[in-house]
Amino acid sequence: MSKTEVFQVRTEEAPLLPAPISTTGVIGWMRQNLFSSIGNTILTVIGILLAYSMLAPFIQFAFIDAVWTGDNREACLPQDGGHSGACWAYVEAYFPQFIYGRYPVEERYRVDIVYALFALLLVPLAIPSAPFKKINAILFLVVFPIIAYFLLTGLVIGDNVILPIVETAVWGGLLVTLVIAVTGIVASLPLGVALALGRRSKMPIIKLVSIIFIEFWRGVPLITVLFMSSVMLPLFLPEGVTFDKLLRVLIGVTLFSAAYMAEVVRGGLQAIPKGQYEGAMALGLRFWPMMYLIILPQALKLVIPGIVNTFIGLFKDTTLVLIVGMFDLLGQIQSSFTDPTWSTPSQGHTGYLFAAIIFFVFCFGMSRYSIYMEKKLHTGHKR
Amino acid sequence: MSVMEQDSAGAPARASLVNDPKVRGLFYQALLIAALVFFGYFIVTNTVANLERQNIASGWGFVENTAGFGIIQSLVPYAETSTYGQAIFVGFLNTLMVAVVGIFFATIIGFVVGIARLSNNWVINQIAYWYVELVRNVPLLLQIFFWYFAVLRAVPGKREKWSLFDTFHLNIAGLRMPKPIWEDGSGFIGIALIIGIVASVVVSRWARKRQDETGQQFPVFWTALGLIIGLPVITYFVTGMPMYLEHPNFVETGPILRRGFELGVGFNLIPEFLALTTALAIYTAAFIAEIVRAGIQAVSHGQTEASHALGLRNGPTLRLVVIPQAMRVIIPPLTSQYLNLTKNSSLAVAIAFPDLVSVGGTVLNQTGQAIEIIAIWMAVYLSLSLITSAFMNWYNQRMALVER
Repeated sequence: MSKTEVFQVRTEEAPLLPAPISTTGVIGWMRQNLFSSIGNTILTVIGILLAYSMLAPFIQFAFIDAVWTGDNREACLPQDGGHSGACWAYVEAYFPQFIYGRYPVEERYRVDIVYALFALLLVPLAIPSAPFKKINAILFLVVFPIIAYFLLTGLVIGDNVILPIVETAVWGGLLVTLVIAVTGIVASLPLGVALALGRRSKMPIIKLVSIIFIEFWRGVPLITVLFMSSVMLPLFLPEGVTFDKLLRVLIGVTLFSAAYMAEVVRGGLQAIPKGQYEGAMALGLRFWPMMYLIILPQALKLVIPGIVNTFIGLFKDTTLVLIVGMFDLLGQIQSSFTDPTWSTPSQGHTGYLFAAIIFFVFCFGMSRYSIYMEKKLHTGHKR
Repeated sequence: MSVMEQDSAGAPARASLVNDPKVRGLFYQALLIAALVFFGYFIVTNTVANLERQNIASGWGFVENTAGFGIIQSLVPYAETSTYGQAIFVGFLNTLMVAVVGIFFATIIGFVVGIARLSNNWVINQIAYWYVELVRNVPLLLQIFFWYFAVLRAVPGKREKWSLFDTFHLNIAGLRMPKPIWEDGSGFIGIALIIGIVASVVVSRWARKRQDETGQQFPVFWTALGLIIGLPVITYFVTGMPMYLEHPNFVETGPILRRGFELGVGFNLIPEFLALTTALAIYTAAFIAEIVRAGIQAVSHGQTEASHALGLRNGPTLRLVVIPQAMRVIIPPLTSQYLNLTKNSSLAVAIAFPDLVSVGGTVLNQTGQAIEIIAIWMAVYLSLSLITSAFMNWYNQRMALVER
């Protein structure tokens, strides 16, 4: 009963056909993301028009019509009635002022050293895999501020002038912005940790005082805090004791950001499982050893993104000091508008654009970093 | 061993008083109170001495004195002869006005951008993304300056205008628009509006009850819309049209100096107000957009799928399933953004819009009553923030998931 069955067995696979052209490559992507339906197509067209109507004048202003070199306003004046572009020559001429304020030219190297030290210590601190974190943190949070203080303000021992004194009144530009933001955040960190611990304390009075302190500063706008520190602080001090204006602002900013910092740290403390506390107590650790050996290292690591976000907020808020008469980056730019040498119709736009670019680069960079850290720290905890 | 036996016979072994956590707690708290009292005493005595030296009488007497300065925008009658107290009240109302208008627009822009961030359309998605990133990472004060000095100074001068629908006119003096004039009998329109709102609430309750009992649906939305809009409109015609719009009068002929908008005709929003509210709305909207995006993403996709499986279409799914759950996540941070906007409106002082801080600053400069003025500021902003957080707690309790 043998029956020859005739069939064919394919010994090699048929070649794979390429996917239809409409689903791959640029066209496929466009079909999927831009023109998947009539409504979507309309949205795409509207979106492109919107983006074009914003970007085109901006590029025209910032690049095509821009004036890149020149010695005074003549270079930047609009030619034969046309629109004038950005006057980058003015920014170039004023650049040192925007960075150092009216800091004496021959002493500016000191500011440069501070900037360089700052970057040198911050970069390895920010890279998670870099070694010597502890030493680095101590250098950055304790040693660096002291060195920076003497470098910036000057150092006189007895009659020997090692570094000439530079009054804070002549500081300005990015220097003031960074000094206020960095001092504010570094000084508010210990205060914030203390307040956060106080708020979670079981002692009713300490808890109450912490809550009142935190809610008070969080409830009022920074501008009233700045007014308070510049108008009311002198009233609180005994006769004859006066504070430097910058120091007064720094006190206000520190207290203000300490309240926000406390809430960030509290979030971190709440995220630590109770077992950690109980384990530490079972090992016989008292409150402070438990905190700085077990709880805070974990909690502070968790809240790095939160601290960075607070710093971004503070960095942007430093612009408010111009209202109480200090010259931060924005204040310095604003005050440069009064200079007749560079007075052109586009001067204001250029100055604001420059400030916006600087702030954007700083803040955007920091927020990227914060997101990166968040992703790195939340391995495994993700629901 | 003998030592232990001795101990177990008497009272249980007690650590010394120094190591007793209760005693230590009391001690630390007493220390804190003492420090605070000392600090307070130090401040008060210094302040009293300083005030005496500067010949400033502390107290609230100054609010009765004549202010003597003008305020460019005021919701209530105010003149230079009014008192300091009235001036501060005008500033407070202006703060509230900026906050309300800013919150209104920030919410709209924020929700639109937040939903655009979730769009499948790449172009829309990217525009929303860059809007959020650009606006969030540039200081608000810079944005206020941008709108005030760079944009609103570039509009036509006093004798010219840009018009939209021939109703809204923009020039360097601000945004001029028609002003509703309420005549006698227009109060009925307001009453009709209130009746409409109350009736809508009653209808929606009744409809929900009926749906719970019988499953029959009732077009609540359209009924409510008809009641809230229809009733006032009917009343408007029945009472003989007691309200009309006063259009701004733009003089184009005649002597040059008389050209431009006639003073006092129509409603004018000053450029300071426009710049401040625009900047605040756009800035806060970027934060709201992120909140809305996070809120919608927080609703798991399974909810949408389950709702589709139950036979609900896209619209009802969004309305009945996704949005109620997203709102639970959105509302708390949203309220704190509203509060931030209100607090940020104090930046008005930078462009001299007469808000609470700006007017207060003027009064402070004139009278030197630093403590009182700063106390007013703090009290106003603190009470606003306490009211907001009270609302938030109430809402959270109401909305919290009832878990088994």
